[in-house]
Amino acid sequence: MARAGAVVATAPLLGGCQMVLMDPKGPIGAQEKSIILLATGLMLIVVVPVIVMTIAFAWRYRASNTSATYAPEWHHSNKIEAVVWAIPCLIVMALGSVTWASSHKLDPWQPLASPMKPIEVEVVSLDWKWLFIYPQYHIASVNQLAMPVGRPVHFRLTSATVMNSFFIPQLGSQIYTMTGMETQLNLRADHAGVYQGISANYSGKGFADMKFKTLALSKAGFNAWIAKASASKATLDVASYKTLDAPGVAATAYYGTVDPALYGKILNRCVDAVPCHDAKHVAMNHSAEPDMAMRMPSPSSITKHKS
Amino acid sequence: MSAVPESFLFGKLTLDAVPWHEPIIMTAVAGMVLAAVTVLGLVTYFRLWKTLWNEWLTTVDHKRIGVMYIILAMVMLLRGFADALMMRTQQALASTGGPGYLPPQHFDQIFTAHGVIMIFFMAMPFVVGLMNIVMPLQIGARDVAFPYLNSVSFWLTVAGAVLVNISLAVGEFAHTGWLAYPPLSELHYSSGVGVDYYIWALQISGLGTLLSGVNLITTILTMRAPGMTMMRMPIFTWTTLCANMLIVAAFPILTVTLAMLGLDRYLGMHFFTNSDGGNAMMYVNLIWAWGHPEVYILILPAFGIYSEVISTFSSKRLFGYTSMVYATVCITVLSFVVWLHHFFTMGSGANVNAFFGITTMVISIPTGVKIFNWLFTMYRGRVRLEVPVLWTLGFIVTFVIGGMTGVLMAVPPADFVLHNSLFLIAHFHNAIIGGVVFGCMAGLNYWFPKAFGFKLDPRLGKVSFWCWLVGFYIAFMPLYALGLMGMTRRLDHVNNPVWHVYLVVAMVGAVLIFCGIIAQIAQIVVSIINRDQLRDVTGDPWDGRTLEWATSSPPPFYNFARIPHVESVDAFWEMKRAGRASAPLPSYQRIHMPRNTGTGVILGGLSVVLGFALVWHIWWLAALGFTAMVALAIIHSFDEDRDYYVPPSEVARIEGSYFEQLTAENQNERPSLAA
Amino acid sequence: MNVHPSPLEAQFAFDAVGAESHDVAHHASSTAPLGFWIYLMSDCILFASIFAGFAVLRGNFAGGPTGLDLFNLPYVAVETACLLVSSLTYGLAMIAMERNDRRQVFAWMGVTFFLGLCFLGMEIHEFSELVARGAGPDRSAFLSAFFTLVATHGLHVTAGLIWMGTMFVHLWRRGLSAGNRTGLICLSLFWHFLDIIWIGVFSIVYLMGVG
Repeated sequence: MARAGAVVATAPLLGGCQMVLMDPKGPIGAQEKSIILLATGLMLIVVVPVIVMTIAFAWRYRASNTSATYAPEWHHSNKIEAVVWAIPCLIVMALGSVTWASSHKLDPWQPLASPMKPIEVEVVSLDWKWLFIYPQYHIASVNQLAMPVGRPVHFRLTSATVMNSFFIPQLGSQIYTMTGMETQLNLRADHAGVYQGISANYSGKGFADMKFKTLALSKAGFNAWIAKASASKATLDVASYKTLDAPGVAATAYYGTVDPALYGKILNRCVDAVPCHDAKHVAMNHSAEPDMAMRMPSPSSITKHKS
Repeated sequence: MSAVPESFLFGKLTLDAVPWHEPIIMTAVAGMVLAAVTVLGLVTYFRLWKTLWNEWLTTVDHKRIGVMYIILAMVMLLRGFADALMMRTQQALASTGGPGYLPPQHFDQIFTAHGVIMIFFMAMPFVVGLMNIVMPLQIGARDVAFPYLNSVSFWLTVAGAVLVNISLAVGEFAHTGWLAYPPLSELHYSSGVGVDYYIWALQISGLGTLLSGVNLITTILTMRAPGMTMMRMPIFTWTTLCANMLIVAAFPILTVTLAMLGLDRYLGMHFFTNSDGGNAMMYVNLIWAWGHPEVYILILPAFGIYSEVISTFSSKRLFGYTSMVYATVCITVLSFVVWLHHFFTMGSGANVNAFFGITTMVISIPTGVKIFNWLFTMYRGRVRLEVPVLWTLGFIVTFVIGGMTGVLMAVPPADFVLHNSLFLIAHFHNAIIGGVVFGCMAGLNYWFPKAFGFKLDPRLGKVSFWCWLVGFYIAFMPLYALGLMGMTRRLDHVNNPVWHVYLVVAMVGAVLIFCGIIAQIAQIVVSIINRDQLRDVTGDPWDGRTLEWATSSPPPFYNFARIPHVESVDAFWEMKRAGRASAPLPSYQRIHMPRNTGTGVILGGLSVVLGFALVWHIWWLAALGFTAMVALAIIHSFDEDRDYYVPPSEVARIEGSYFEQLTAENQNERPSLAA
Repeated sequence: MNVHPSPLEAQFAFDAVGAESHDVAHHASSTAPLGFWIYLMSDCILFASIFAGFAVLRGNFAGGPTGLDLFNLPYVAVETACLLVSSLTYGLAMIAMERNDRRQVFAWMGVTFFLGLCFLGMEIHEFSELVARGAGPDRSAFLSAFFTLVATHGLHVTAGLIWMGTMFVHLWRRGLSAGNRTGLICLSLFWHFLDIIWIGVFSIVYLMGVG
């Protein structure tokens, strides 16, 4: 009881350390944190004076203060107009250039510069759990994501259900997962630890429990984790995937073997009895719009496949 | 619910549709039924049915329609706020590991209903109501361009609100969030009737909003008093014009989007489904192509209100009128090129994200200019710190913070971590409460004496203001912090003792805001009781500057016995200075006015039947309702007795009593001045 | 919810508020068409949104038939001709109205109505054939978008025909009164507008669909 009381009493103080976005554990999150601080700082240049002026003007020119100047017809000043248009313009120009540069630099598709080959992870959001497939290691896990510290991870993400958003707040950048479409994300953890992962887009009644643990491990720790998963007797193939796909919250699980074609089947929505002919048929007859599932027919496809 | 067999007579509707076993819902339903029965009982007891029908339900008078819009908004504010309180208590109770008192499927409906009700049936009617009451008076017109259409618009809006409230008692509401993103809102994932209620409520009220937009634009373009050029229009009229242009340009997109979702659900089409080529991203793009302009549909009129209030109560011309107009028009245009900032995280390329991020920031330039212009209007003015001014000052301080967090999220990489978090929730409540709601409250206090002939009690008005302002900060600052702590939106339960403390604080803030709402209602009730002390006999209680103050309070049904001539921006101010204000005319002309009609209210009622029948797949009733609506509209077109002339003698009588009142007031004032 | 407000609006000529006062620059004959024109602009955006939806989904055949498999261009060309000619005949009705020739107005409106009916009949026939061939709106996203776009136009034409039917009765009862003239002008705007939309449908959906 007393302990509970102590937790509650000190919680607001702990809050500082709980601001996970201000305590990033990887380069993406760190850059996003500094952008938040920079942008806020730039805007405070206007916001603080405005708040001060609001209170000061209202007080100085209150009706009861008859000693203040009263100029009922004064309603125009080129100088003031120029300043009030110019200041926001300048700030927006500064912020705009930050936006342009950072949008490109922190584009989720952008591979992280590193001498090491990234770990590939295929992510599938299900009702209401996360499936992580490691194609390089032929293993998969549910609701647990492991990554070695310092090595980039390249995620390819899709959804087997409604739209979700894959998000590990302390590592930065979230990205939507959508059925029949693939998004990508590159992250890196620079500090070992266990970080909360969530879905950041409401997806139905089990949404609140759709969480996963992110284990940022040392190289040895990661290898041990892979070994542990590989040791699992469970196999992830179409049959076991369908069991997993049933709506519900799931516990952590590992699969020692994975059907290598499974992710593609999920992405192209042909896990079910319906053969994968839909996409292929389209691709054969209309080369201009090939394989809808693999490309995003929205603004995304336009820019994503430019280079 | 998907397995329920459909009967011919009742479609999917069975007695099980009523959530008998949900004590919370049934209590709310009982409360609503009780309130309705009480109101109907009182109307019957006081034999007010005839008055209600003749003077209100069938009215085509823009002022009365405006008043009814605001009554609808206030009632829906209570409903929407009840949802807010339930959400805040649920999250506070269910943040230490327990499940709280609301199961997920109930919590999900509550946050959906909260958003839908607050935007469509609280903020929209409030803003449209104020535009209806004030704009025709400001431009010196006798009514809107299409008075009967105005009545239809209003009753369609009411029909939408009624459908949403029926969903509480019969069936369920959508579980999808207020924008009902597919595929979650598709039949496969939401097989109940909730999304159908959502679709039809918004389609019906959306049609009303669209028609109202057409009506108000036409009114402004064609019915301004002689001499009132575009650049002499009051700022509120300007913002009304821009907001309604946005309505006309944006609402059809909403109609199409919801129609496509409806076609998916009703006819098995594949616009947004996961299978057979559907594309859910298209829905997200389309709904935000409506959704972002919608934000400006709400905020622009509020900006107009602040401009009027700040100028009137500073007894000074608005600083930079021309700038203000251009800023308004800039915002109107730009609001259509920013929609993608609502989903930077969908994976658009860097160029696309950066483009929409920068356009979003560009909107903050004209907005910033407006804020500086308000400040410089106070500068060298004589600021009377009346209730509308308090709301305006509270707005400026609060809104710049909301604007700042908004621009912050316009930077795509910042949004990558803030998107969908409670930081976002805090931001848009900061903009909508601090911007729109404060504006509506300022407008309510400012124009109430015009609409009813007496002022609102300033003491309770101040209580309400401070409760709202302080409550807002206590409720939403913790949410900003929680967003930075990584808490995402729409969680029915979490387990985090640190978050718990913040959530409890936020709940306390929400309770304080609730006190503000109660004080606001008390203010209206107390003012009605004390109306004789608060009476405004002059028609110009605030020393106003625009034409709505040039007539009596409340104005006669024809607004102006003689249409005023306008020579400058602050038309009435100039008239007062030139001594041309409020003098009786030697003779009056007859006045052409539209007759009241019951068609609007009956169309509204039929549209409820139509919507309800469509929700429950009662096809015969839907066909009947639709046919009846078309038939009624056609029959109405044959009604040739739609207008009449008010004879000069009647005008002279009404005007005479106003001027008698004025003279009496002046005589009363003299001794008091001498003393 | 496709209750067309148009028949209602035709009558707003009579809501001429304030027209009595000379100092009000507002006349019903200008207000109603302007209001209606603004409404048409919103309708234009409605169609633009559906066109946008069609543009996004036009390649999503989901293994089903394509435009090339389905569209019968000569048939659609006749359908198009019906609608285009009906615009011409409506124009002739308006010229007759200018000449105050009520009989001619009736005659040309009658022809317009008939052509509109032909267009609609052909469209319904086309739809029923497609559905019979298993190419209904639930077959693929492409077909959903196709049916929705074409049927929305068709519903507008239906609304136009109902309005025209109402106008016949109005004309018969009151002749070429000021109110009926305003009604005819608004309906004319509406009818030509539908023509323009159809040209878009014909080019983008049919011509490009088989190209």
